[in-house]
Amino acid sequence: MAKKPIGPVRRDFTPWESGNAKPFIEFRNVTKRFGDFTAVDNLSLTIYEREFFALLGGSGCGKTTMMRMLGGFEEPSAGEIFLDGQNLAGVPPYRRPANMMFQSYALFPHMSVERNIAFGLQQDKLPKGEIEARVQQMLKLVKLEDFAKRKPHQLSGGQRQRVALARSIAKKPKVLLLDEPLGALDRKLREETQFELMDLQTELGMTFLIVTHDQEEAMTVADRIAVMDRGRIIQVATPAEIYETPNSRFVADFIGSINLIEARVASRNGTVTRLKAPNLEREIAVSQPTDANVGDTVWFAIRPEKIRLGFDAPQNGTANAAEAEIWDIGYLGDVSIFHAKAAEDLILKSTVANITRTVERPISWEDNVWLSWDEDAGVILTR
Amino acid sequence: MVDTAAPGADVEAAPALKRKRSLGGWLLIAIPYAWLLFFFLAPFFIVFKISLSEIAVAIPPYLPTFDLAEGWQGLRENFAAFSFENYIWLTQDALYWKSYLSSVWIAATSTAITLVIGYPLAYGMARAPAAWRPTLLMLVILPFWTSFLIRVYAWIGILKNEGLLNQALLSIGVIDEPLTILNTNAAVYIGIVYSYLPFLVLPLYATLEKLDESLLEAASDLGCPPWKAFWKITVPLSLPGVIAGCFLVFIPAVGEFVIPDLLGGSETLMIGKTLWSEFFANRDWPVSSAVAVILLLILVVPIVLFQNQQQRASEKDA
Ligand SMILES: Nc1ncnc2c1ncn2[C@@H]1O[C@H](COP(=O)(O)OP(=O)(O)O)[C@@H](O)[C@H]1O
Ligand SMILES: [Mg+2]
Repeated sequence: MAKKPIGPVRRDFTPWESGNAKPFIEFRNVTKRFGDFTAVDNLSLTIYEREFFALLGGSGCGKTTMMRMLGGFEEPSAGEIFLDGQNLAGVPPYRRPANMMFQSYALFPHMSVERNIAFGLQQDKLPKGEIEARVQQMLKLVKLEDFAKRKPHQLSGGQRQRVALARSIAKKPKVLLLDEPLGALDRKLREETQFELMDLQTELGMTFLIVTHDQEEAMTVADRIAVMDRGRIIQVATPAEIYETPNSRFVADFIGSINLIEARVASRNGTVTRLKAPNLEREIAVSQPTDANVGDTVWFAIRPEKIRLGFDAPQNGTANAAEAEIWDIGYLGDVSIFHAKAAEDLILKSTVANITRTVERPISWEDNVWLSWDEDAGVILTR
Repeated sequence: MVDTAAPGADVEAAPALKRKRSLGGWLLIAIPYAWLLFFFLAPFFIVFKISLSEIAVAIPPYLPTFDLAEGWQGLRENFAAFSFENYIWLTQDALYWKSYLSSVWIAATSTAITLVIGYPLAYGMARAPAAWRPTLLMLVILPFWTSFLIRVYAWIGILKNEGLLNQALLSIGVIDEPLTILNTNAAVYIGIVYSYLPFLVLPLYATLEKLDESLLEAASDLGCPPWKAFWKITVPLSLPGVIAGCFLVFIPAVGEFVIPDLLGGSETLMIGKTLWSEFFANRDWPVSSAVAVILLLILVVPIVLFQNQQQRASEKDA
């Protein structure tokens, strides 16, 4: 688990906002085609030094392909990739200052743990003593001191993953590429390792690029997340921004749980935009700025935990409330999810924290309830 | 931990499997054993028995012979007549140990040459586009469709003084006079390498094809250029295939007769040839049997090594 407070170090780490920070890794209009299939589609991306950056997307959306282009195992069909100001075109993998932790670990089966870790250092022709010292340091870091002489096939999945990690950071590369590094681990170990990765990144001061299809993992470890879909980047932002202000229905739906209501822009009054959904009686008022015009069809997106649940109709205002019938209840221990039927074709989800241990819930199946939310609780999506 | 649990589980599973073996199961095992008994072990004992006998002008040309009519007494006399004289003889005439030594030498050299030619071949096949591989594999196996004997005869046509090779070399002007290759040891090497190449390429191809390409990518990623990764990753990981292939060439090549007989010359000394002339020219069945038994003993060492290696390889895969 995290032993050091990482908050203070990372809190003011926002080079992407400064405007004049030098990009460390840069994808410029990169396209990768396999035959006539486009795996990565005209993609541009900037990553800063010492950033922990996550590529998040469903299986087959091109994450591994992006990483392999950065590692040098695939050449882009079009576009350029820069690393620390150097155009990487034509630079073979063994001359790139990036190291990769492979999705399959790719440990050398005929070498012991320590020889696996030493392999990269030997390529640099470091003096023997230095290599030994560094290997010991790495073994200690990943807590595998007792397994130095074992072969990979004598290790458990979690231990192998640690060897792969140790091997990829042993050379202290400028950039560490992690392709679904924790995929093979069970949930507990995965969470632990996520925090260890964050510690490690702060400690070593390297730039980490992690690929994952696990949104929780991306939100936990990353400074910024790029959400990908079918070879394109849909949104790049901090975890909180991605969650609270998604820029599209895809992102809103991909990250966490969301209620999406199709509506028309009824009026715009200063900062507040009012929407009219055909299947809701009351209007929806949203304070989040939007560029939608009156008459446009848009989607109102609101997270389940931001919808309140009560028996009484909200007193103030004529907007942001709906009468509904409880359709289904999911008890998850920490929270309960209520599925409330607000209209014939509209079921809204609301999560309520279980702050007491009462087993008997005040709200039950088929109860008539009122759903309500604040003006700043949801966002308007135009795509 | 997985690794400590796995062997234990194996040990427990094995007896359970044994107990469950049905009559059909036993029958299935009995067939290959019966085959080995009738076609290998029994002939071997006959040969061994002849090697302890004495040459004679008779049919068959050795003494004693078993005659069941003579009963128990006759059998006892027969056994009393056995001697290791033929084996002692093998040590007294330099021809024999020279033949053995020369056979092992020729077999080892040809194995080395086969490896040098076969490794790049197998490597190229394993790295070829997946769609081509079945075709390439087919090309390696294709010669087996023609009789081995005919293929060796064909080499006579290629290697002889006015043969294809010399004509080709003369016509492009590389040489002024035909090279004498046929009936020399060089022709024997060519014949063995050609004939046994598939036996080396096939197991080697099998291991190279299994090699995980991401290992080479990982090596490259860690700063290792491809030629170095070949020596540090590909070669060590293909070693089981190399060893298997080399044994499969070396073992039959030691006792090879057809190739030295057809392509070799008078200088070519190989135990197969010695055995043949002992048997057919001298009609000395007992001595030629002794030669065969010693040949087998010499080959037991590499065969056991080969079996061990196969065992270890299959255990590793499991
Ligand atoms: N070498 C290749 N040849 C053909 N298609 C490929 C190759 N590598 C990847 N693809 C395709 O490109 C797409 C993206 O793959 P990948 O980057 O591995 O996705 P993921 O986001 O799951 O890591 C997939 O549809 C995959 O089938
Ligand atoms: Mg992938």
